[in-house]
Amino acid sequence: MTTAMTYAIRAEALVKRFKETQALAGVDLAARPGTVLGLLGPNGAGKTTAVRIFATLLRPDAGRAEVAGHDVVREPGRVRAVVGLTGQYAAVDEQLTGSENLLLIGRLLGMTRSDARARARELLERFHLADAGARAAKTYSGGMRRRLDLAASLVGRPRVLFLDEPTTGLDPHSRGELWDMLRGLVADGVTALLTTQYLNEADRLADDIVVIDRGKVIAEGTPDQLKSQAGGQVLQLRPVHRADLATAHALITEAAGPKARIEGDEITAPVNDPALMPSVVRRLDQASIAVGELSLRRSSLDEVFLALTGHRTGPDGERPEGGGHRAAGACRWGPGSGRPS
Amino acid sequence: MTAASRAPAPVVAPRLRGSGRVRPLDALRQTATLAWRSLVSIKHNPLELVDYSITPIMFVFLFTYVFGGQMAGSPEEYLRYALAGVIVQNTLFMTTYTAMSLNTDLTKGVFDRLRSLPIARSAPLFGRIAADLVKQLWAMLLMIALGVALGFRITGGLGGFLGATLMLLIFAAAVSWIAVLIGMLAGDAEKVQVFAFVLIFPITFTSSAFVRVETMPGWLQAWVHLNPVTHLSDAFRGLLLGDASSSSVLWTLAWAAGIVAVFMPLAMRAYRART
Repeated sequence: MTTAMTYAIRAEALVKRFKETQALAGVDLAARPGTVLGLLGPNGAGKTTAVRIFATLLRPDAGRAEVAGHDVVREPGRVRAVVGLTGQYAAVDEQLTGSENLLLIGRLLGMTRSDARARARELLERFHLADAGARAAKTYSGGMRRRLDLAASLVGRPRVLFLDEPTTGLDPHSRGELWDMLRGLVADGVTALLTTQYLNEADRLADDIVVIDRGKVIAEGTPDQLKSQAGGQVLQLRPVHRADLATAHALITEAAGPKARIEGDEITAPVNDPALMPSVVRRLDQASIAVGELSLRRSSLDEVFLALTGHRTGPDGERPEGGGHRAAGACRWGPGSGRPS
Repeated sequence: MTAASRAPAPVVAPRLRGSGRVRPLDALRQTATLAWRSLVSIKHNPLELVDYSITPIMFVFLFTYVFGGQMAGSPEEYLRYALAGVIVQNTLFMTTYTAMSLNTDLTKGVFDRLRSLPIARSAPLFGRIAADLVKQLWAMLLMIALGVALGFRITGGLGGFLGATLMLLIFAAAVSWIAVLIGMLAGDAEKVQVFAFVLIFPITFTSSAFVRVETMPGWLQAWVHLNPVTHLSDAFRGLLLGDASSSSVLWTLAWAAGIVAVFMPLAMRAYRART
């Protein structure tokens, strides 16, 4: 077996530049057939750019991208024949009914009228849209639209599916439904590349995760590997007196490891051992540090990301820009839905 | 890799050449399918057709009964002159829909979906233009029917009528390329509308569409004689009435060819850049 056949999706040193922004600065990734690869990262990290290159909508400036063994630049037609694309903006024609949207894709793929009709019916059924099939898509709810979009990407039975933030803006129920549908597809042997901002989502669906930021891969592995790398939970401490920060930091480092970091008047540390808390309290008490706030909570993607980037920048986890960067980082993690243009 | 063996074979084997390119006949079929897509919504929302024709219908009544007496002595006499102008103006305004719907497809991500399919790259563009020409034909027929009901007579006969129809559609198809360019360059559909209005309104009123050129000041006449809308209006009116000058027909066709020569390459380049 050649490497091209071993991976359903593969990128090597992928580079893409838009006027001022380096969207992708040499990305390598690979997905084995029949698995879900989660591409995780904040807004503007380059996720959508990568998907658009794989789906032949953009040409890379350098590097190679292959889908099902076909090079996206040299054989875009062959790639298009095996992929399905569904995005964070449900790309359905709002004027058409749900059924017509699917019929359109079927006919464009060269199906006969009756085959296209049958396929549309089948997909509407599968995505719980049968009752709404005759209604214009503009009357659909957000969740229904997203399901129709996913159905549209499946008309040609793609072997490789690209899902670009498919659940952004969906309520938890619709999100769960979409997850179930994706699991069903992967069980049928489809390979999927899923981009998301939600660690939770990647955790539930992905076999492997690639974390990218500013166009670079900053971590990869299985969800478990990543979480243990970043710490499953986050300990947060705010001493009453700022003067105690250094002492407290030393104590936490002793108890929780070298990833503890000072941010403003707080100390945060990724931790894996929930039993750590009593020992931290004891140490603080012994050192007579007055505690303003002490908490233990689950890691958010934000912290996983910070922990990961902390690895990269130095032993104390501080970026050269210091505290100012955290504000910028938090902002980039906001719920905005912009995509690189 | 056991998972690979579980992957279902695609039921559709898209008919591609060895290189993965789409065959010309398939490209044509895809264009027709995409034209169907742009027209089928009328089935659910027949009022959409009224949208295309409500303004021109109002204009026909307004020009005939309000302006007609003063402009030409009697409503019927002015209708004989101005019906062609109203139709030409509406044709130009309708090309705005081409720009707006292309722009919407672009911003809503429909083009992304279409481009990820193994279809000819230009099929969505040509499908849209073809569908919009069908709508143009509908609006033109509606207005001519209304004109006839109000007393307009097609004295040019069937030949004149068919010639006028064909010429209008040729010119509309040519102007579509300007619309495509605007649709690709504009940030959103509303900007398309503003731009089109600013362009089309003055160009149709500084022509022979509604008023005889001789009544205008000399400096304006120079422009009006050059204006393609003047030639199109004269040719369209002339063919319907049976007194067309060959120069107006030739100038119209020359303008159409010139517009295509300049704007089609620009529009295709903008289309390729943005899709």
